[in-house]
Amino acid sequence: MLRGLEKTGVLMGALILVATFALPFIVVKPNRILQGQGRSLIEGLPSVSGIALVAAMVIVAVCLLIRLPPLARLAIATAGLLAAILALGGAAHAGLPPGNTYARVSPGSGFWLLLFSLSLAFIDVVARLRLSPAARLLLLVIAATVIGGIFASGILADISVMKEYVNRSDAFWAEMSRHAMLALGSMLVAFLIGLPLGVISHRISWLRAAALNTLNILQTIPSIALFGLLILPLGWVAAHIPGAAAIGISGIGTAPAFVALVLYSLLPVVANTVAGLENVPREANDAARGAGMTDFQRLVSIEFPLTFPSLLAAIRIVLIQNIGMATIAALIGGGGMGVFVFQGLGQSAMDLVLLGALPTVAMSFVAAIVLDALVDFSRAPGSEVRAT
Amino acid sequence: MSLVRLAPRIILLFLLVGFLASPESFDFAFKPLVQANAPAIYNQGDLAALTLLHVRMVFFATLLATVIAVALAILVTRPFGAEFLPLARAIVNIGQTFPPVAVLALAVPAMGFGNGPTLVALFLYALLPIFENTMTALTTVPRNIIDAAKGNGMTRSQIFRQIELPLSLPMIVGGIKISTVIGFGTATIGSTVAAKTLGEVIIAGLQSNNLAFILQGALLVAALAILVFDILSMLERSLTKWKAA
Repeated sequence: MLRGLEKTGVLMGALILVATFALPFIVVKPNRILQGQGRSLIEGLPSVSGIALVAAMVIVAVCLLIRLPPLARLAIATAGLLAAILALGGAAHAGLPPGNTYARVSPGSGFWLLLFSLSLAFIDVVARLRLSPAARLLLLVIAATVIGGIFASGILADISVMKEYVNRSDAFWAEMSRHAMLALGSMLVAFLIGLPLGVISHRISWLRAAALNTLNILQTIPSIALFGLLILPLGWVAAHIPGAAAIGISGIGTAPAFVALVLYSLLPVVANTVAGLENVPREANDAARGAGMTDFQRLVSIEFPLTFPSLLAAIRIVLIQNIGMATIAALIGGGGMGVFVFQGLGQSAMDLVLLGALPTVAMSFVAAIVLDALVDFSRAPGSEVRAT
Repeated sequence: MSLVRLAPRIILLFLLVGFLASPESFDFAFKPLVQANAPAIYNQGDLAALTLLHVRMVFFATLLATVIAVALAILVTRPFGAEFLPLARAIVNIGQTFPPVAVLALAVPAMGFGNGPTLVALFLYALLPIFENTMTALTTVPRNIIDAAKGNGMTRSQIFRQIELPLSLPMIVGGIKISTVIGFGTATIGSTVAAKTLGEVIIAGLQSNNLAFILQGALLVAALAILVFDILSMLERSLTKWKAA
């Protein structure tokens, strides 16, 4: 009997049904901190639309069970996702008592499970389609545009997270850019230091062992501790080196966070540079030497182009690691999205936590998709020919 | 392993045990880091007890993750579960992009403050490397070995138990090693949502501006991670040798 069914669809269909019938779709709270009451999808929406959406989810669950062409499955998963998001907006609007400005509506576990299982269905199709890097980037742009459009349209304006956002939209974008600056800037500095270090380490074996061992041990120091440990040396620098304080270096705040991120980023940069250089075929180097190239010419025109995919892979590791770790900077006054996460945890206002956590997840998500596509581009046949 | 390479590890182990047994005897080393009247050794709880809790949390999360990750990896590499393989690969890839703080923070509404969110985060982070390594190991067992075994009349389950699994063991242990080291660090972040780990020591240091506390927490976690990494590396190497034999 299972033969005609999609096995992954059985899993996703079951999850969708549990989310639709057994779990609260939204949670209505008297204010932003108090515990709320759950409402299922059918209770949460005005009668007709509630029944329509439950029916839609059942249809989506059943369609996922059947073997269908990938594009049809993609369309079904997308329709399901859009329906769930529209339903959330509608349920939030319906759930707020009129005139009560303190009440809040948050997404419930049912919504999250629905989002999760429909995303699984979406990812499953995309993974099976084996899209080209360009197609994946295009899909990302389309998805980002649609999601941006949903937020801009105000459909979700009654959700508690969006209310937290409206109350502090200036701070949100300021911390967002600080977060991006921390993650990208520290990566840039790590490359400025790590590339030369990697090139030299590749040539001098004792230095390679020493550098990689030190950087490996550095990775075992927990991030919250390293951020804290840098307070003292940077405080000293700010106090004793003329001009340091003027360019913004101080014991607490962004500077120690920035330095900590650079230190953690060095291992992937150095290790991937060394590994990339080691994978350069002997013949390529021999031919270059035979053609009379100097060491430096060989480095620039032979070794670097061939090491490029490995360096892109390092960018992926570092960027995602940095986006995640930059959230911890808030603990030492370094700013970033962690500000909202820790403020929210402190006030036990979970919607504020979401306001900090969800964009962080989205940022690393986008970074991963873009860099995976770029890594695939650089490894695609033909690019090597161009590179050499 | 030669004595020269082993010696620093043994010294590290002695220092760790000595420090936990009697933190006060190390007062002299941390005194220069604090202001005159501030305590130089963590005094808001028992360091040895926190260390044990830290290790216990990482151990149980990694153990559970190992069982589930290996089982799932076996499932998706059998004919029955083959349909799940592309999805499983994609989830592993995406899952690793979730920042630890976000996972911890998002688990709080469901589980409340305390050890719960940290256990979930540790479990999820441990799951991915072990699953990835087991999956890679099982899908890259040399085809000719399996064909030879089939030719000798071995059943599918015999091939799995006597060939595929033993050949994959070093890589599985490699995955456990990565997971454990990540776990030791992630567990400290757990203290931001009130988990009982060595992160408490570091956070107490951050709050009272006491560098000695931060350093003690950092050194304990780093020492544990390095020692466990070494032990699992040794296990990995001996399994590789045993596999070659």
